[in-house]
Amino acid sequence: MAEIEIKHVSKIFDVEGEPFKALDDINLEIEHGDIYGIIGMSGAGKSTLVRCLNFLEVPTEGEVLVGGRDMASLSDFELRKQRQDMAMIFQHFNLLMQKSVIENVCFPLYIQGAKKKEARERAMELLDVVGLKEKALAYPSQLSGGQKQRVAIARALACGPKILLCDEATSALDPQTTASILALLKDINTKLGITIVIITHQMAVIREICRNVAILNHGQLVEHGKVEGIFNHPKSAAARELILGDISEKWNGSSRTQDLVHEAKKLRIVFSENSSFEPVIANMILQFGVAVNILRADTKNVGGIAKGEMILGLPEGDELQKQIEDYMVEKGLEIEEVTGDV
Amino acid sequence: MFDQTIVNMIIKGIGETLYMTLLSTLFGYIIGLPMGIELAASDRDGIRPNALEYKILDVVSNILRSVPFLILLILIIPFTKMLVGKSYGSTATIVPLTVSAAPFIARMVESSLKEVDPGVVEAAKSMGATNMTIITRVLLPEARTSLINGMTIAIGTILGYSAMAGSVGGGGLGAIAIQYGYYRYEFGIMIVTVILLVLLQQIFQTIGMKVSNSLDRRRN
Repeated sequence: MAEIEIKHVSKIFDVEGEPFKALDDINLEIEHGDIYGIIGMSGAGKSTLVRCLNFLEVPTEGEVLVGGRDMASLSDFELRKQRQDMAMIFQHFNLLMQKSVIENVCFPLYIQGAKKKEARERAMELLDVVGLKEKALAYPSQLSGGQKQRVAIARALACGPKILLCDEATSALDPQTTASILALLKDINTKLGITIVIITHQMAVIREICRNVAILNHGQLVEHGKVEGIFNHPKSAAARELILGDISEKWNGSSRTQDLVHEAKKLRIVFSENSSFEPVIANMILQFGVAVNILRADTKNVGGIAKGEMILGLPEGDELQKQIEDYMVEKGLEIEEVTGDV
Repeated sequence: MFDQTIVNMIIKGIGETLYMTLLSTLFGYIIGLPMGIELAASDRDGIRPNALEYKILDVVSNILRSVPFLILLILIIPFTKMLVGKSYGSTATIVPLTVSAAPFIARMVESSLKEVDPGVVEAAKSMGATNMTIITRVLLPEARTSLINGMTIAIGTILGYSAMAGSVGGGGLGAIAIQYGYYRYEFGIMIVTVILLVLLQQIFQTIGMKVSNSLDRRRN
């Protein structure tokens, strides 16, 4: 049985008298022990979705089952108990600014009714887990962003949760810090067997640690499945856009890629583990004696396997394009044509 | 310059002013603090929104705050008599001072609590905290510097009102200033009492700021 089942969940907000559908008939299952990514651009509804999991937002329609229990059926008391099993970390850490690091970690334990002494002992163990033992008596304002998130993670782990919800947990951090926080989350998942749900707008985060991913766009679930599958063969435009990391350009209002290559045929190439080390493109250029335009190239670690992708702009000429495509297929590359909206 | 009686009288005045101000602040907070918490909690973005409750508290506090203090003092004389048995003197003045300060304090408490980062409140909710826990362990401690600043302002305002009450039978430095300065044209005494009031104001302000800063862990 899935740890979390989301069945036909919709959420409608009232925005100045107008109904706004933030989530539209979402269906998902998250297995126990998984690291599940939910990705979408800002406004896609992913933060609302994660809040529907612990009922910080109550879905307008549909059911959320956690450990087989319908969240809507719980009494206030049971819901609070349930929430202690599903900890949450946030983009802006949300630590108590007037409390020391150790008191922040103790906080959920106090809520559970723990005595100060035992709470402090447990908090020290957790601070050790996240590598911040020596900062126990510091205050959040004295910590860096990454350290604050580590405190938040220690706090989240304090009650021994079964599920950890991460709402844009690395979005306010620089790439190095992001990597170290993700490594910590991966570690927690492996060692403690905690199911992790990660909300993000960064594909890099998904590629780094998630096994499964769901893609949200305008409140709808457009695609979901294994990260590798979706990364290699994105079906929806939203998925492609996220994978190509085009978000920042879109936000600037124009797509540089489009302007430069609108005339050429574009191919997206995915390297498997075998082809990564073979100079296929260079050989191809030598063989055909034509220039191809490398529009984008990237190599990433996907689920422990080195994966590369590249977008090539092919020269004009149907015959030549066909030959180049055949050549690449022959060399074991996965190719697909990408269209203008990429 | 002044003979012993006047010095004694002024010392007694200081005592009465402190007595009125501090006790009124205390009672003001006994009423105003829960009222302010209720206002913050029942507001639309609060932890337990309740439009009707908010509206009632909102209207009550606005009505009380818009009645000028001197009028209020006279208006509630029957109530004051019922509580303390007489309508004049420094103990009696505590009643209108409290009634006047409570809604003002409630408003300041409300605004202090609303300054607390909603994210922290959400985090507490996600941990399964009850509303009571959120109030006692999140809202009040996180807002403490702002609450203390508010208290400093409240004490200052009540000190000013207590002096005003002196003109209609209240005790303290205000009464001395009015009696000697206004009715007997003894400006020396009046100026001394005014200076003492300014000093008291300054002392409360300084202590308030010091305490508030020393409790703030956000800047280190």
